[in-house]
Amino acid sequence: MPDPTRTSLPTIDEISLGTSGAGPSDLQAPPALARGSRLDPWVEAYSDRAGQLTTSAIRALFAVASRPEVVSLAGGMPDLSVLPLDLVGQTLGRLVAERGTTALQYGPGQADPVLREQILQVMRPLQVEADADRIVVTTGSQQALDLITRIFVDPGDVVVAEAPSYVGALGVFRSFQADVVHVPLDHDGLVPEELERTLTRLRADGRTVKFLYTVPNHHNPAGVTLSADRRPQVVDIARKHGVLVVEDDPYGLLGFDGPPLPALQSLDPAGVVHLGSFSKTFSPGVRVGWALAPRAVRDKLVLALESAILCPSSFSQMAVSAYLSEHDWAGQIDSFRSMYRRRRDATLQALAELVPQASWTCPAGGFYVWLTLPEGLDAQAMLPRAVTRRVAYVPGSGFYADDRGHRHLRISYCFPSPERIREGVRRLAGVIESEQEMLDTFSPGSGPSRSGGPGSGGR
Amino acid sequence: MRDVPSVLILAGGLSHEREISLRSGSRVACALTDSGCRVRVRDIDAELWDVLGEPGEPGPQVVWPLLHGSSGEDGAIRDVLELGGSRYVGSGPEACRLAWDKSIAKSVARRAGLRVPDAVALPHGVFRELGAQTVLTALVRRFGLPLVIKPARGGSALGVTVVHRVGELSRAMVSCYSYGEVAVVERWVEGVEVAVSVVDTGSGPVALPPVEIVADDGIYGYDARYNAGMTEFFCPARLTRDSGAEVASAGITAHRAFGLRHLSRSDLIVDRRGAVWFLEVNVAPGMTETSLFPQSVDASDQDTGPLYRRLVEAAIQGAG
Repeated sequence: MPDPTRTSLPTIDEISLGTSGAGPSDLQAPPALARGSRLDPWVEAYSDRAGQLTTSAIRALFAVASRPEVVSLAGGMPDLSVLPLDLVGQTLGRLVAERGTTALQYGPGQADPVLREQILQVMRPLQVEADADRIVVTTGSQQALDLITRIFVDPGDVVVAEAPSYVGALGVFRSFQADVVHVPLDHDGLVPEELERTLTRLRADGRTVKFLYTVPNHHNPAGVTLSADRRPQVVDIARKHGVLVVEDDPYGLLGFDGPPLPALQSLDPAGVVHLGSFSKTFSPGVRVGWALAPRAVRDKLVLALESAILCPSSFSQMAVSAYLSEHDWAGQIDSFRSMYRRRRDATLQALAELVPQASWTCPAGGFYVWLTLPEGLDAQAMLPRAVTRRVAYVPGSGFYADDRGHRHLRISYCFPSPERIREGVRRLAGVIESEQEMLDTFSPGSGPSRSGGPGSGGR
Repeated sequence: MRDVPSVLILAGGLSHEREISLRSGSRVACALTDSGCRVRVRDIDAELWDVLGEPGEPGPQVVWPLLHGSSGEDGAIRDVLELGGSRYVGSGPEACRLAWDKSIAKSVARRAGLRVPDAVALPHGVFRELGAQTVLTALVRRFGLPLVIKPARGGSALGVTVVHRVGELSRAMVSCYSYGEVAVVERWVEGVEVAVSVVDTGSGPVALPPVEIVADDGIYGYDARYNAGMTEFFCPARLTRDSGAEVASAGITAHRAFGLRHLSRSDLIVDRRGAVWFLEVNVAPGMTETSLFPQSVDASDQDTGPLYRRLVEAAIQGAG
């Protein structure tokens, strides 16, 4: 035991005691405080919902992704460098100069009728035929998701969602205290038999299922697309069980192999709410998305929207409307598609060459590849090592409402150049190799390494 | 000295604690601005050198590195500041190097007479070469359970696990090595978790009222540190007279033994018998809304702004 008297002790003057009664001349123990501080005087006042809103070490690690030294395969930011920014700038300038008193004013809750008509045009390749009156424009489709959940979900209600599911949707469901029940997907998207089984089981258990949340095209994070055969099956199963379908489709127009498949909404307009967005096809900064909903649902959505924000941004809506009127928006989407196709190809090629021990999905559009690590590896536990090696990804566990997904990670190829993607995958390969080595070392039954001996550290 | 000190705060960096550093930087910037300083906050990058000494234009009078984790606390950035002839708040590079590596810090603290939990520092290669199970068994035999596994270099409790069962050991080791090459395995000391902050604005180190930490789930991990409400803090700590004095004494002893300057925070445990155990000392203590150093300042009847300004002035004058 060390001897604390071996060093000179500080004098009393060096010790400033607390303010609860004791002063420098009074070295009594301060009176015990009945309650300490939790640093936030309102901590007892927050709603139960707010209890879900916490920061975490994993979230903090993403802070480095913004540094240029790091190849970020984590974020889902579209690359706007192919937008004709000079022309867009002129359009926006004219908008303010010529129609500023409207663009900078409050607008209608349901949004600008002209824009709603244009949105119908944008959805035409998805074979959606609808009345523009059934469209509600929202602050990104994320707000549409929030409003849908707000008007349907009471605490404890079930939302059925794919496994894995978009992390931003899971956050919304959690904040409304929904109970998310996952249904597996495979390379052809949501598995209808599993959906049927799950809905049947939930009904038998007396659970209230409020809706099925699905991303049918170029799924985030799984990168898969619901096949043409399965689309009517999914809609029929939901209809049979009296479950609304929320079809979240930000990537539908970003397919690399021909025209998109028909939207679920086109198969059952009365049973499907379709969410769309300009974030990936024009600009996420304008925050313009929409919901196309059955008429009665539309009414509730408008009321909920007005209660939340009075009306969506007039300026953003008119900016999008002017962009759609004055520019070749379909040609622009073609440019995005070819850029993302090259990046998808670079990702798949680099993975095949550098990470043969893993498996992954091959997206036919959108932004994401879903990677499965060798058995035993945990993408979340591995993330600090990746950050040290200057590469970032999103661990799979964030895409599940339960404790699954540890073997998976999401790679986003939308923003880095093909060269940077290759470098990022090269770094990721090194990370996986080191982590595998670490895991082998600590696996039960692994003995000391023998120089030249094969098979040390078996799993 | 100019009436309005100009301060360049360095925050961000490339470490695992970048987010915390950004929060610390913005918090100190606000406090210094409120107390009349001219403040800029920037990240470290290739342009830093130019900013420190822009030709034809006076650079900042003083730099306050609030970079947590590697490069911020391992002495590197302070070496760079000294190379450029900049004055800065906080400890010099050598003191940082001693404090940054927990295995070295333990030796320094022990030699200074502080009580230090028994520990070993092991690079992962040791487990590979000798066989993990053999080494793990030896660790449990020596330290018993629970024991603590932490990266030798790092902060914010990242990669730290308190292991209660043998079955949790391997996973905890893998998690620790994800943060760094060397792990410290330490005997768990049960007791009250206390942090004592020390400041020196030129007239010698002074211990501020210690903070007692009571995490809701018993572990003062990352979540408990940075989500307000998950931890209850008592400041001053609920200690007996003798323990309170020993805690303050330990903070100052560590500050001196490591050769620290201006500010530090020592993390300690007061065990059931009232004995004080040294865990580590931080050269760049967190300054966020939920951090311990600002709480101690508040409890000492001072405002953070004026105290931070005095630290800045001490750095400008080369004092402390």
